[in-house]
Amino acid sequence: MRVLYFAWVRQKVGMAEEEVAPPPEVTDVAALMAWLAGRSPGHAAAFAHGRSIRAAVNQEFAAPDRPIGAGDEVAFFPPVTGG
Amino acid sequence: MTGPGPRLTQAPSAVSDADPGRNGMQPRVRVQEAPFDLAEETAALTTGRTDIGGLASFIGICRADDGLAAMVLEHYPGMTERAIQRIAAEACARWPLSGCTVIHRHGRLRPGEPIVLVLTASSHRAAALESCAFLIDWLKTRAPFWKREEFADGESRWVEAKAEDDASAARWEDAATSRAAGAAA
Repeated sequence: MRVLYFAWVRQKVGMAEEEVAPPPEVTDVAALMAWLAGRSPGHAAAFAHGRSIRAAVNQEFAAPDRPIGAGDEVAFFPPVTGG
Repeated sequence: MTGPGPRLTQAPSAVSDADPGRNGMQPRVRVQEAPFDLAEETAALTTGRTDIGGLASFIGICRADDGLAAMVLEHYPGMTERAIQRIAAEACARWPLSGCTVIHRHGRLRPGEPIVLVLTASSHRAAALESCAFLIDWLKTRAPFWKREEFADGESRWVEAKAEDDASAARWEDAATSRAAGAAA
């Protein structure tokens, strides 16, 4: 599973993307966030602001209960501020 | 494999998987670092056409608030283009548009530089004006861009999403668009 980070989430985690293999019980976006938070102090710092983080699965905005699988591209980022 | 290949290969298909407008019109969407030219884009939309009665345009410009030295716009290559195509397709579904162009820049922009261009053309002014306002409102809340402000003293900060932008976007909400609500969830 490829995980991408943008904006301050990327800065706190300390990388733009990584390849991960979460355990089978990680079946949705919310569970993935909780699991990622345990990977490093940077991940923990980023996901401590979980309520301020939005997600996308395969480049579509995704709610916390969106199911995820091994081949998915999952992205985490703050609320968007374009325009 | 963590190279950028798979992500980049999805970008071109983002342009082709959009729904055309109800009159078959294909919105023109670009995400680029380079500046854009209003006259050139207007000509591209209107040259040789005699059915267009109104053209509306919006240009968002980088403002020098609080000693801002530059604005850095980050985006999500592939998803950003797809999201804008979808917003443009929504505009085409709601209004009878003869043409629609959205160009959004990324990278480092200085005060006074244009950030985003929205052009909408229709046979009558109401559709052009309303769809132009709709497009910029939804771009602000549904297109994956993130702004970081850099100041003359070396400080920088990420811009936070504004409640008034959510309110502006929400005025266009109706049951038909609830499928896109994930963006604001």
